[in-house]
Amino acid sequence: MKTRVHVTLKNGVLDPQGKAIHHALETLGFDGVNDVRQGKLIELDLDENVTDAEIEDMCRKLLANMVIEDFEIEKEAA
Amino acid sequence: MKSAVIVFPGSNCDRDMAVALEAATGTKPHMVWHRETELPEGLGLIALPGGFSYGDYLRSGAIGANSPVMREVKAAAERGVAILGVCNGFQLLTEAGLLPGALLRNAGIRFVCRDVPLTVASSQTAFTSRYQADEEISIPVAHHDGNYFADDDTLNRLEGEGRIVFRYAENVNGSARDIAGIVNEAGNVLGMMPHPERMIEPAHGGKDGRRLFEGLVEALA
Repeated sequence: MKTRVHVTLKNGVLDPQGKAIHHALETLGFDGVNDVRQGKLIELDLDENVTDAEIEDMCRKLLANMVIEDFEIEKEAA
Repeated sequence: MKSAVIVFPGSNCDRDMAVALEAATGTKPHMVWHRETELPEGLGLIALPGGFSYGDYLRSGAIGANSPVMREVKAAAERGVAILGVCNGFQLLTEAGLLPGALLRNAGIRFVCRDVPLTVASSQTAFTSRYQADEEISIPVAHHDGNYFADDDTLNRLEGEGRIVFRYAENVNGSARDIAGIVNEAGNVLGMMPHPERMIEPAHGGKDGRRLFEGLVEALA
């Protein structure tokens, strides 16, 4: 079962990489970009018997750092 | 005093740390590979060195913080053994939950590698007994992810409890409240981004880092 974990910085946590991307987009002439935040996409290939609670546990214990990041779990429809 | 340096794949300041510990304690430290499930007996001090454990994959220190030896390091911290985490060692300590907060990418994005003036914010710890409060010292930094972050409640608590040990006199990475180093509640775990082991003899450009090791050995004797 393919599961995607999106890890993003919490609101209010400075994202200098997002700022640099934002600046580069402006340099390329793209207007109307108000803000850029960079995150991570982690793809997991899981056995069917892995529970939602276990996936959450993986996120809290390793995939995301709850001090600075949020996560969102997206399960691919079977 | 018996000491140990934990070595991770990607550690690169482990030997510098060993030289500093040997100079201060008179004995070579045990070099402990991160896969070990036991620590040598009778350790007074455990150092987590700088470097790029696991290539900073996922987040700096995130993978190493889950290495087998870290369970023993946590248990030692609870027993009151002194733990010194420098640079990647500080990142490992926050990821392992032994210190609060996190180290973010430097605000200016650049890797910063140079001597930086620090203020000794507390001389009341086992690590800083050889420094004067508010003394300015010079210690090198070399990091990409040294921007200390914690929520306001945590920062206020650190400040109120006197747990901010070093501050940047010149904030080179955007750290909240200029924080360069903090201790845990019990005061036996110090994490700091600057490298005291790289400033222990005149050839390094100064000896401001040496006093940390000497003071610590004296405090633990």
